Amino acid sequence: MGVEETLGNNVITTSLDKIVNWSRASSLWPLTFGLACCAIEMMATGAARFDLDRFGVLFRASPRQADVIIIAGTVTKKMLPVIQTVYEQMPEPRYVIAMGACACSGGIFDTYSTVQGVDEYLPVDVYIPGCPPRPEGLLYGIMKLQEQIKRERNSFGAAIGVGERIAG
Amino acid sequence: MSVQAAVDKLKARFGDTVLEISEFRGETTVVVKKEEIVAVCTFLKKDVGFNFLTDLCGVDYMGQSPRFMVVYQLYNIGTHTRLRIKAPVAENDARIETVSGVWATANWLERECWDLMGIAFNNHPDPRRILLPEDWVGHPLRKDYPVQGPDREPYQGRLQ
Repeated sequence: MGVEETLGNNVITTSLDKIVNWSRASSLWPLTFGLACCAIEMMATGAARFDLDRFGVLFRASPRQADVIIIAGTVTKKMLPVIQTVYEQMPEPRYVIAMGACACSGGIFDTYSTVQGVDEYLPVDVYIPGCPPRPEGLLYGIMKLQEQIKRERNSFGAAIGVGERIAG
Repeated sequence: MSVQAAVDKLKARFGDTVLEISEFRGETTVVVKKEEIVAVCTFLKKDVGFNFLTDLCGVDYMGQSPRFMVVYQLYNIGTHTRLRIKAPVAENDARIETVSGVWATANWLERECWDLMGIAFNNHPDPRRILLPEDWVGHPLRKDYPVQGPDREPYQGRLQ
């Protein structure tokens, strides 16, 4: 009785993956977390004029409820342990957007106190250039992340404990 | 009380402790010996009326001797006059007495000076770092501290 074979490469799995990916991409909740001036642009993106809500992007005040962390600003070495802790508190699958030149590379702060790109410590999915990026830039980055999530494979299988999620 | 009157009073009271008095663009600077800094500051606050310590910082004159200066920017709220006090601090004995008993705001300013310039303050009530992480090694605003930090080469430009 029952299905002997694990969920393989068949048409049911593919469509379930699509449903999971669609729901994840369409309710991408970022953590309410800003570091510097990029956070001002991130707030502007969330507010009425640019309105992240229409993408299903709602800021959540707890890492336990967040899917993505937007590293919006300069990462100092003193702030880094906090960012790492918050990231570890997020449930999987979790994504990282490096917003702005500082989060991508350290930016103009080629100094002793600044982390030279948050990708030295966190797995970054999307890099958004700019100093700071305009809200359109952040929107484009979020849409790029949604595209990536929609390309993921075995996301349903991984959710029920069969195999690993294959990144898009 | 005018700045000139304050400086005269300081000189009459402390004499040899005052090493140098200079004026530049309407700003008066008095250099005093670091051993008497608490007495000078107490006098300036209690008897001359400089009741506000605007800022306290360290300056690194690398190559000169003594290497450091601790700078006290004073303000008299009553008469709207400013006075700058400087105390030379040698590199091999980079410590000076705290003035946090005179102006309470000196507590954090002296912590910043210790954190970034490495000038220690004797009898400070809370001698921890204030800006950098507690396990930081070195004092980054010293001129012999590399701006990128000791563990990294400076960025040479993408064409090299």
